[in-house]
Amino acid sequence: MGIVSRGFRGRRREGGDELPPGQYLVEDFPVLSAGPTPRVPLDRWEFAIDTEDGQTHRWSWQEFMALPMQTPTVDIHCVTKWTKLGTTWEGVSLDVFFEDVESAAEYALVYSYGGYTTNLPLEELLDGKAWIVHSFDGEELEPRHGGPARLLVPHLYFWKSAKWVRGIRLLNEDSPGVWETAGYHNYGDPWREQRYEGD
Amino acid sequence: MTAEHLDGNALAGPLGEIFAVDVTAAIGRCASCGLTGPVAALRVYGPEPGLVARCPGCEEVVLRLVRGPGTAWLDLRGTVSLRLNIPD
Repeated sequence: MGIVSRGFRGRRREGGDELPPGQYLVEDFPVLSAGPTPRVPLDRWEFAIDTEDGQTHRWSWQEFMALPMQTPTVDIHCVTKWTKLGTTWEGVSLDVFFEDVESAAEYALVYSYGGYTTNLPLEELLDGKAWIVHSFDGEELEPRHGGPARLLVPHLYFWKSAKWVRGIRLLNEDSPGVWETAGYHNYGDPWREQRYEGD
Repeated sequence: MTAEHLDGNALAGPLGEIFAVDVTAAIGRCASCGLTGPVAALRVYGPEPGLVARCPGCEEVVLRLVRGPGTAWLDLRGTVSLRLNIPD
């Protein structure tokens, strides 16, 4: 393995508007879809965390909405090369959901209403780096953007921020999701331009 | 057809990069529900981040195609078989 100098990476923003390598700025909010938009009634919505030893923790919509909310303002980077700066969301940190979850798993497979999945190391979801969000820009999240609730993991390419999130399965072995099994990068760091398998 | 997706004819160009015959004219069988029909009748979502062709009967994924720099990934897990007419 060669020596990688951090100087060859894109620099993270420090007051400027520098973008990750290969990205361009958009002001609108493009919608990419791989299937029909699921419509999930709130009285049937649930979010679950399934541990590696078979335990499931569940939250109804009412239970979700009663949890402490945060309003993160973050930049989002799509693997199709658009970046949107300063997006504001409202939702619950995954640290809150994981407070009572006992697990030694290293991997997570996020699954959604409609059948979408995406995988990431569990640590990428913790320590204030990820949320389950129900609002965007002060309005309830539209179905085409993943409403009633989606995952938000802004430090990775946006395909990891699963729309219509339904749950997270904790695993001892990594299990690639929908795009990760079709040529896209397993980890997806925009600052290292990890778009495709092998990048 | 809704504004959300195109029909399978949208696959003709991208699959034409890979196959010598026109695959949209092939008859495929859905691995999920068994429905048989031409690839051109699939419901195609995308093209980005990848083309996702779904069965018009059960909406399960029949075919996926991702195009990267110098590389294509083709996933046919949702297809039992493709029947193609080819010259002898």
